[in-house]
Amino acid sequence: MDLFSWVWVSNIMILGLARRWSVASYILALLIVMPLIALILQSLMPDEAVFGHLMDTVLPTYISNSLQLMFWVVIGTLFLAIPAAWLVAKCRFPGQNIFQWALLLPLAMPAYVVAYVYTDLFDYAGPVQRSLRGLFGWQTPHDYYFPEVRSLGGAAIMLSLVLFPYIYLLARTAFMEQSASLGHAARVMGCSPWKSFWRLSLPMARPALAVGATLVAMETAADFATVSYFAVPTLTTAVYDTWFEYGSLTAAAKISTIMLLVVFAMIGFERFARRKQQLFQKQSTSGELDSYSLSGVRAFAATAYCFALLTLAFLLPFVILLQYAWGYFAESWNAKFFEYSFNSLWISLLVSVICVCIGILLMFVRRASPRRADMLPSRLASTGYALPGTVLAIGILVPFTLLDFAINDVAEYFGFEEPGLILTGSAFILVCAFCIRFAAIAIGSIETSYKRISPSLDMASVTLGLTPKSLLTRVHIPLLRKGVFAGLLLVFIECMKELPAALLLRPIGFENLATYVFQFVSDEQLEHGALAAIVIVLVGLVPLIYLNRSLEQEK
Amino acid sequence: MATLQVSNVHSRYQKQLVLKGVDLTVEKGEIVALLGPSGCGKTTLLRAIAGLQNITEGEIVINGKTVVSDKKFIASEKRGIGMIFQDYALFPHLTVAENILFGVKLANKEQRLARLEKMLSLVKLDGLAERYPHELSGGQQQRVSIARALAYEPEVLLLDEPFSNIDAKVRREMMLEIRNILKQHDISAVFVTHSKDEAFVFADKLALFNHGKIVQCGDAEGLYLRPQDKYVADFLGASNYLPAKVIAEKTVSTLIGDINSDRPLNAALHEETELLLRPQHLQISKSEQGIGTVTERRFLGNVCQYLVQFDDMTLDVHSENLAIEIGEKVAISATAHHLILL
Repeated sequence: MDLFSWVWVSNIMILGLARRWSVASYILALLIVMPLIALILQSLMPDEAVFGHLMDTVLPTYISNSLQLMFWVVIGTLFLAIPAAWLVAKCRFPGQNIFQWALLLPLAMPAYVVAYVYTDLFDYAGPVQRSLRGLFGWQTPHDYYFPEVRSLGGAAIMLSLVLFPYIYLLARTAFMEQSASLGHAARVMGCSPWKSFWRLSLPMARPALAVGATLVAMETAADFATVSYFAVPTLTTAVYDTWFEYGSLTAAAKISTIMLLVVFAMIGFERFARRKQQLFQKQSTSGELDSYSLSGVRAFAATAYCFALLTLAFLLPFVILLQYAWGYFAESWNAKFFEYSFNSLWISLLVSVICVCIGILLMFVRRASPRRADMLPSRLASTGYALPGTVLAIGILVPFTLLDFAINDVAEYFGFEEPGLILTGSAFILVCAFCIRFAAIAIGSIETSYKRISPSLDMASVTLGLTPKSLLTRVHIPLLRKGVFAGLLLVFIECMKELPAALLLRPIGFENLATYVFQFVSDEQLEHGALAAIVIVLVGLVPLIYLNRSLEQEK
Repeated sequence: MATLQVSNVHSRYQKQLVLKGVDLTVEKGEIVALLGPSGCGKTTLLRAIAGLQNITEGEIVINGKTVVSDKKFIASEKRGIGMIFQDYALFPHLTVAENILFGVKLANKEQRLARLEKMLSLVKLDGLAERYPHELSGGQQQRVSIARALAYEPEVLLLDEPFSNIDAKVRREMMLEIRNILKQHDISAVFVTHSKDEAFVFADKLALFNHGKIVQCGDAEGLYLRPQDKYVADFLGASNYLPAKVIAEKTVSTLIGDINSDRPLNAALHEETELLLRPQHLQISKSEQGIGTVTERRFLGNVCQYLVQFDDMTLDVHSENLAIEIGEKVAISATAHHLILL
């Protein structure tokens, strides 16, 4: 088919799609962006001098801490990830096939668990300093210098260790997709592998690195647990403290909007970099990869580097977790562990089902509707994921608090007993927050699946007399199975892991695995929560296996 | 009553007028080819008939029922259209049987089974009912898509470049087979193609498109032999144009001599114009005094194609005379036929 008619095919739509489909998708999308709107409105309210006070005292430090942390984590992750990505993509060395996927494992490790483990190791009372003291006969902390783990620098290192796989993954793909013929051309013109890395591979991978760096920066900005554990005050902890200590929603909203500015700047930069990435990364037609076979010292160095990275970021913390769990198994294997696991489980299941339904509806309308404006809801509904958990929590508290008050006022007016805080005081608010935050994931995976369905299947169905509803149920949904499954899985896992929103929004007395583990981290007794932490890590490994499989298939 | 009546249809896409006033009639049992180069609007018209593309002006009537006009829009699923796609559009998650019965509304199980059996034997796929589309060859998939469209008992069948993915060796056979099925069941069909050869084999009537309009509509012979302009003439086959002057009621004078027409000419006496000569209308023979020189020779099987240079023109000649070599001088003449002046 010629190019012209292809353009037409890609724009096929059901001209007779009833308006109720559009209305439904707009209502859903507006519900999902509601926290964002509420947050901005709330931040415009006059505040009770809390924000002014904070601005005059600690806030500038917090902002500076946030920015410094983002900067150092980006530097750290680039530094760790680029050599590993290049080695795995362009060289042959022992263990390379394993490192290819194993270097993604750290993504499953919550940063605060890694932070806890290393603090335990490197603290004054930890085994490292103890043996140093034993070795050199030092008596007090004044006898020697040892860097403080619980610091901004320490937090940057911990976050770098768990976030570097983002850059590793994007850089590896970028390096692998660089056309082999370019490498040959460089070699023929006398470039050594080292030179060709600096002059060719690295500059061409720049857009992918930029995308990875913004993702890392956004994750860093959203991190609550690590900085809170290390007592490094940032914007995220400021939002949390302002709400819990001062009880000022307006001030919390104002700080949240500062974070939003940072996040939106990041998103803009990411979009820009992605466009560049598409230009730089055209799939090479020659399948043969140009690779350097390493031997001797070089091979050893490559293996050692990748192994050290994997050990520091995943193996060591995981083994220590296992050790904790083994030692404290009897204390951990109790009714609470089961109750909180069950809480995590049902919330994650419910949220993943809701998110997938939202995704299917919004993407169906986007695909089938002839109205240009109907492209918008699925985009709007994807904004939730950009909001850091703490910011989202504040955004959702604003309308829910208002609604709760309104419900009680109405009840009082009609002389009923006041129902209390039925929205903010129950797990309902948690479910809503998770749905808003993770709808984007389900939308994304269903969108990917939709792209694989030929538009002529839609045309065939409609001309064979199918109504839009039966097109959805009889043709699209069976064909979207893979995307639906992936969406369910990914949302489920994110729900199991999500901490800041759960910490801020959980009703009193309600815990899930993540908040339970974090409680033990804060109380310096992760040993008791190690079993729960292992569950979180193991659940987090599932998408990595899935991700790796799909990458393998692409090859 | 015509099965399909398209009147003055305009359609706009991204502010560009893609159809600029199209009229077309398809009679009961007739197969019409929409023919033209890519981007001419033929596929848009097909989509507009199916209700997959909106129109901005005009009217489309199927079996006396207006399906789209200024005041009315009937959705695709209510038009009773059968459509065959270039990529066949078989549902990958359904078996052959499920695909074929997809649009069939019969509730009775036995009737459905009977319909399925009938369709399978019609397209010669007996025994393959439980296969999935990916287990079939391209030709078999094409047959399933035809069975699926016919099982729906459509008022009119639309075919969007249905043969372009089929192997050249079996394409012609396939076209004749499907044409026979359509003719047996008296089905009206509209068929989009950019290949004149497909249109010649498959269709009863050709509608040639250019820039969103139908420039000429009629049977293949009429369009080939009596095109109304050079665009039509060139699209349907190789053509030579000789400067010509009408010197008598049925005679024109040209550089290769006077040529007689067996019908009245389509130009006035003394008018100076150009004469269309198809390659087979020209004849050449070896001659030392000949005015032309052969510059290229290509053996085509039943005839030989010669390019003959004369004056500053190059003529394309098909001749059964195989004995002329490159560089030889030839005399040129034209057979008497219904001359067309353009």
